[in-house]
Amino acid sequence: MEFKNPQEELERFRSRLAFAGGFVLFCFALLFARFVWLQVIQHDYYQTRAEENRISLVPMVPNRGLIVDRKGVVLARNYSAYTLEITPSKVKNLEEAIDELAKILDVQPKDRKRFHKLLAESKNFESLPIRTRLTDEEVATFIAHRYRFPGIDIKARLFRQYPFGAYASHLLGYIGRVNDRDLEKIEEREAEDNYRGTEHFGKTGLEQHYEFELHGISGFEQVEVDSGGRAVRTLARTAPVAGNNLTLTVDAKLQEIAEKAFGDRRGSLVAIEPSSGGILALVSVPNYDPNLFVDGIDTQNWRELNESPDKPMINRALNAAYPPGSTFKPFMALAALELGKRRPEQAISDPGFFNFGGHTFRDDKKGGHGSVDMYKSIVHSCDTYYYMLANDMGIDNISAFMGSLGLGRRTGVDIDGESEGVLPSQEWKKKRFRKPEQQKWYAGETISIGIGQGYNNYTPIQLAQATATLANNGVMFRPHLVKHITDTRTGKQTPIEPQPIKTLPWKQEHIDVIKKAMVGVNKEGTGARAFAGAEYVSAGKTGTAQVFSYKGAEHKTETMAAHLRDHALFIAFAPADKPTIALAVLVENGGFGAQAAAPIARQVLDYYLLGKVPKSAAPSDEAAVEADE
Amino acid sequence: MIRDLWLKLTAPIDGPLMVFSGLLLLIALVALGSASPERMTTQLVNLGVALAVMRVVAQIPPQRLMHLALPVYLFGILLLIAVALFGDISKGARRWLNLGFMRVQPSELMKIAMPLMLAWYFQKHEAMLRLRDYVAAALLLLIPVALIARQPDLGTAILVFSAGFFVIFFAGLPWKVLIGLGVAGAAAAPFAWNLLHDYQRHRILTLFDPEKDPLGKGFHIIQSTIAIGSGGILGKGWGQGTQAQLEFIPERHTDFIFAVYSEEFGLLGNLLLLILYSLLIARGLMIAANAATLFARLLAGAVTLIFFTYAFVNMGMVSGILPVVGVPLPLVSYGGTALVTLFLGIGILMSIQKNRMLIQK
Repeated sequence: MEFKNPQEELERFRSRLAFAGGFVLFCFALLFARFVWLQVIQHDYYQTRAEENRISLVPMVPNRGLIVDRKGVVLARNYSAYTLEITPSKVKNLEEAIDELAKILDVQPKDRKRFHKLLAESKNFESLPIRTRLTDEEVATFIAHRYRFPGIDIKARLFRQYPFGAYASHLLGYIGRVNDRDLEKIEEREAEDNYRGTEHFGKTGLEQHYEFELHGISGFEQVEVDSGGRAVRTLARTAPVAGNNLTLTVDAKLQEIAEKAFGDRRGSLVAIEPSSGGILALVSVPNYDPNLFVDGIDTQNWRELNESPDKPMINRALNAAYPPGSTFKPFMALAALELGKRRPEQAISDPGFFNFGGHTFRDDKKGGHGSVDMYKSIVHSCDTYYYMLANDMGIDNISAFMGSLGLGRRTGVDIDGESEGVLPSQEWKKKRFRKPEQQKWYAGETISIGIGQGYNNYTPIQLAQATATLANNGVMFRPHLVKHITDTRTGKQTPIEPQPIKTLPWKQEHIDVIKKAMVGVNKEGTGARAFAGAEYVSAGKTGTAQVFSYKGAEHKTETMAAHLRDHALFIAFAPADKPTIALAVLVENGGFGAQAAAPIARQVLDYYLLGKVPKSAAPSDEAAVEADE
Repeated sequence: MIRDLWLKLTAPIDGPLMVFSGLLLLIALVALGSASPERMTTQLVNLGVALAVMRVVAQIPPQRLMHLALPVYLFGILLLIAVALFGDISKGARRWLNLGFMRVQPSELMKIAMPLMLAWYFQKHEAMLRLRDYVAAALLLLIPVALIARQPDLGTAILVFSAGFFVIFFAGLPWKVLIGLGVAGAAAAPFAWNLLHDYQRHRILTLFDPEKDPLGKGFHIIQSTIAIGSGGILGKGWGQGTQAQLEFIPERHTDFIFAVYSEEFGLLGNLLLLILYSLLIARGLMIAANAATLFARLLAGAVTLIFFTYAFVNMGMVSGILPVVGVPLPLVSYGGTALVTLFLGIGILMSIQKNRMLIQK
């Protein structure tokens, strides 16, 4: 013991050791407190989090509802087919994998293009089809080579199919892969959960309008997954419920005959059951094959459809508006009776023209029709009568009456995106134009309104609804395509009740005058040639809408460029005393109504009333040209 | 004869240290059997090597170790410089030195070389310890720590630093200097922040709010706390931890093995683990208290506390109260290097215990 230090040093060292020991215990106590917090106090929360991690709900997509016509003919159905799908996140080199695949299966460049389009739009974890509708041989071939293709597999999927192809495409619409706009609609309805596994969505037509009826309720599989999302085992299962079926008011055969009647002409036809508003046929030609859209349309077809000058993608029945031409006249005459501006027997003298404010409005018949009363004005389609009438009525009276008939108003048909058309009025003009001198309504503009020209622009479905309302003596129905919706689980049918929108307060005697005159049209007037020998009494009215304004100048229809030719129109209902069908026909650039439109109406009525199936498209009656329109 | 061989073989082994570390190894094998059974064989081989190292070191008297202190330290520094110049880069850090036939991580050596060196240094200046000796010691400490931190390897830097710091602390660094340094350190923290690498900053930020980045940096911490929390008091049972078995826990056989263990054995399992570490550390501190020389005392105290640093930092980060730094759970995490280092430490403790002071009074 030379120094006293060692013992002191040792004591100090040991006290520091004790301090260190205390510090260790303190820190471990801290950890223990943390464990108590996590494992006792917060245990339930973390238990839930762990379960959420572990259990994944895998949606099972329900079968989409079927669409059938009023007689049960299937217009849209599903079929099961094998697809070859790639999960991009599990494949290292996509191009290489597809190249390898192409060595054993037929992979077209358009398949690749479509796959890349889908890839660009997809969320990264989905599997995307590289080939659809594999044959049994292809399935067998792939399965034999499957080990070489990790991340690529065969799946059985349901596909939408439209067995009638292009027929009725404009009313059925089509489905396509869900895009951002569809997602917004799904979010609006707070249906995200139900759409978690859904890949398709109605894009147009009934498929779009009734999307949420047709879709059904998704089922779910509770699956235990690992952190990579791979399913380890199934824990529980809730089966999906198939979507509701739609039964249409449409008669598929009538629809087909009506579309065929157009031949290769462009146009539209809407046929309505007057007593219910149920649409029997809704034609817009040219049409397109909705089957092309189901698993993603390829670029070439898409371009052809979009760039065609015939515009096959436009639903002309709802989205194209045309001047009604002379089909406007029966409604003008009815308005005159209702407003007391004309009596039926009151006759005018027609010199073949009408002068107003220094301008001459010509009649189609040179020299005029002579003495013309209301009956004759409709049967022979006398323009002068209506120039005068329009002038006497004034624009405010005309637009109020036509507006009450639904012209220039959306009909509320169960297809989205319907156009409004144009019901001319002082108010409309004020809104439509910007310059003050253009905003003013000139009395001279009213004159041509009287014969369905000028600013008049209505959709075929509006004309059909107006015709049906007249046929139904003023009781107006909302036109609709779906008769009832069937719950596939319970079989319960929910009818779409035909609801009269309103009953127009027309005097029956006035209605009868107009109807009688329209019967006269098909018996002895402009529609007589088209309806010669018909075994039923029909009422109609021809119309010709000017595409090109040739104000008073001499013109020859045959020599004009096809796209400048007049549109042909025809409205009709039959049987005249108790109408079961009312329709409007429009043939774009078809020439005179009697020439192009009336023969189509004849074929449709012949089938609907007599069951006659025409052998070919409706003829264009060149001889009808000189009839007194 | 077999008995003789056994006695000879176990002569330098300290009973309590062996029992406590043995129990911890048992836990390690149980946890590994759940987290990654396919690695069991490799880990058993690692364990054999580590135990052999322990047995060899336990036989070396502390005096011989003292002679090794300076050369080992200098060799370590040399290797660290070599790493900085020619090291292999993996995962954005330059930590490995490729020797052609194998890759070594010199920073690992520093965990033992550091306290060895400092204990030797204080032993040498035992008679007259002045403040400048502490400054010199601090320099000896900070050079390798800085070299490791800039690799960057924050985990190892912390371990090496704390090992050296413990030596200085036990050597008697005055409390007022210690507190002064603590205050100065807190004041300098903002500047230190600027020196950190982006990924280190992110780890610290993520610690404070892991939910902010649930798929990126926060994922590890979120999943491991979920594992621990869902384990509850009794745990889900061996092999039954969904977080572990469905691979939600990252690096579940190495740095995050505690989450696997905790999920399956619950709070009681954690308590057992804490008790075993406490006993191991207590035994180590007891050995330090009875060590014969200053060198042996300092070395024993520091080596013991290395176990604490490992355990506390690892469990702290896995349970979400410390930032994620690459520190394994001592004796439990899979991996040969850490195991060898730790048993080297245990071997040193055993050697010191064997050559302890003769009981006085």
